Amino acid sequence: MNNTDKPSNQKAWLLVLPVLICVAFSAILPLMTVVNYSVQDIFSPTRRIFVGTEWFTMVMRDSELHAALARQVTFSLSVLAVQIPLGVALALCMPASGWKASATLVLVALSLLIPWNVVGTIWQIFGRTDIGLLGHTLQQLGFDYSYTGNPTHAWVTVLIMDVWHWTPLVALLAYAGLRSIPDAYYQAARIDGASKWAVFRYIQLPKMRGVLMIAVLLRFMDSFMIYTEPFVLTGGGPGTSTTFLSQYLTQKAVGQFDLGPAAAFSIIYFLIILLFCFVLYNWMQNVGKSQQQG
Amino acid sequence: MAEIKLDLAHAYKPNPQRDEDYALLPLEMTFRDGGAYALLGPSGCGKTTMLNIISGLLQPSQGTVCFDGQDVTARSPQQRNIAQVFQFPVIYDTMTVAQNLGFPLKNRKVPKEQIAKRVGEIAEMLEMSHQLDMRAAGLSADQKQKISLGRGLVRPDVSAVLFDEPLTVIDPHLKWQLRRKLKQIHHELKLTLIYVTHDQVEALTFADEVVVMTRGRAVQVGTAEDLFERPAHTFVGHFIGSPGMSFLPIQASASGMKIADQVVTVPQQVSVPAQATTLGIRPEYLRIFPNDQAGCLAATVQLIQDVGTYILVTCAVDQTPVRVRLSPQSWRPDMGENVYLQVLDAHTCFYCEEELVV
Repeated sequence: MNNTDKPSNQKAWLLVLPVLICVAFSAILPLMTVVNYSVQDIFSPTRRIFVGTEWFTMVMRDSELHAALARQVTFSLSVLAVQIPLGVALALCMPASGWKASATLVLVALSLLIPWNVVGTIWQIFGRTDIGLLGHTLQQLGFDYSYTGNPTHAWVTVLIMDVWHWTPLVALLAYAGLRSIPDAYYQAARIDGASKWAVFRYIQLPKMRGVLMIAVLLRFMDSFMIYTEPFVLTGGGPGTSTTFLSQYLTQKAVGQFDLGPAAAFSIIYFLIILLFCFVLYNWMQNVGKSQQQG
Repeated sequence: MAEIKLDLAHAYKPNPQRDEDYALLPLEMTFRDGGAYALLGPSGCGKTTMLNIISGLLQPSQGTVCFDGQDVTARSPQQRNIAQVFQFPVIYDTMTVAQNLGFPLKNRKVPKEQIAKRVGEIAEMLEMSHQLDMRAAGLSADQKQKISLGRGLVRPDVSAVLFDEPLTVIDPHLKWQLRRKLKQIHHELKLTLIYVTHDQVEALTFADEVVVMTRGRAVQVGTAEDLFERPAHTFVGHFIGSPGMSFLPIQASASGMKIADQVVTVPQQVSVPAQATTLGIRPEYLRIFPNDQAGCLAATVQLIQDVGTYILVTCAVDQTPVRVRLSPQSWRPDMGENVYLQVLDAHTCFYCEEELVV
């Protein structure tokens, strides 16, 4: 660096200030509040005791939390395992151009426009055995279906609801990726005698890698933070079989008013998501690279 | 390898009525087995359409495509066993150079050892042997295009290799190199090659025979010399050469020949066909004089351009521009000077309704 040539102007920091203030109010201050709660036992604005890492230790040893975390991870991985392949398959089936393409896009995007609360309500009614189309039909077919009584049924219903709600997002992203592939690639593949599978494996999939990575990250984060839909549909039950992390957290913070442990857990929750995204991002980048090398 | 015979027409919209509705007007054409051809013409003249019809990416709306006498019109590119290289390099990002080159063979279930052997040969020909294990995505545009070329050449039994302006994205100095490489490969493998381009130098240096196309019509098929000496169509005269032919309207008259608005006597060694309405002469063959000679046209010098290796003089003969190419050593006129042009000699071509009259 040659400092003599470059004019130094510390006033430039002022230009960053507005952004810093915005971010401080929108993200840093709320987060610090949580940190504040996580290391103290606060009884009233004037009575507080510093407890250090006590809340963290307590939360880490909480077996209920472990169970919720395990459920959450299983759920998020199931969501990815179903929605990503299904979304890609859907995108491959969608027409490429013309009015059919526009019509399909609107149809596919419909479920994304429904408020989450309403999604939960729709499925809650849909799955009821007395008046719900799904529940009643299954009952008539001889299945002893009950999402309120059977943990497995509840679990599967929540999963299917999420698939119904969010697979279109994956499909739309994959569709955008597919449409951006130049025609010459398909023509070259026909000339080279590539099978449909080879076209998918060597042209479409590599070209979709970028958008699929976005899809995986979005779907992972969203499903990892899922709250509203299972809350409306099953209320976390039966028992705790569909109580995911954010619902567990709400129960702790709002239900039992254990603000200290809840704050400590919030931070852990935040770090888990950050870590997962970091790992996933790097992993997908590496997959691309090693594929290209090998 | 195959002899390719076309007898077809193509329109992108249904029920073509007028000539303008056709992307490719009805034509008959034969590409010899093992020949190197170029399809030359301006953008939108139908050359890519013709190429895609030959490869089978496109079905002609009428007529047939025959390979070695066999009708293959309904067959896919794969069944026709044809190779095509596109304007922009198409490579499979996730594969190595070797896998890219071997892909057409792998799809045809050729045994592994054979693929490796053939890929080795092609890589050597393209001077890419040291890059075989690199991933293709990281290479430069011209290296990628070399891979595309290699994929076209890798099948030893290919019917024909088609090139659709393959050197557009390549730097000029590499263009020469790759074109020479192609020529050499043609020599070694004796494949039928068809090369689409809008660059006449590229077409004339690459091909044994050039097909000149304009507005959906193949107006002339011939060697570089044919196209230069005897353009069969005014378009060819105009398009080939830099600059192209100059044209003047002619009319037979009692006292000789009326060219533009001047009457000249026709020299004895030149015979003018009776039905001719236009004459065409190349700048290289025009002679220019400072004073009147028998059979010359009066003209005014309008523009003198010194190109270095030659001097281009644009004259006006009764408002029609006529270009003359002079060597730097020869006498040169001044701007606005009145000069005389000898347009009638053995190299002059005569046209009636744009077609050459013999």
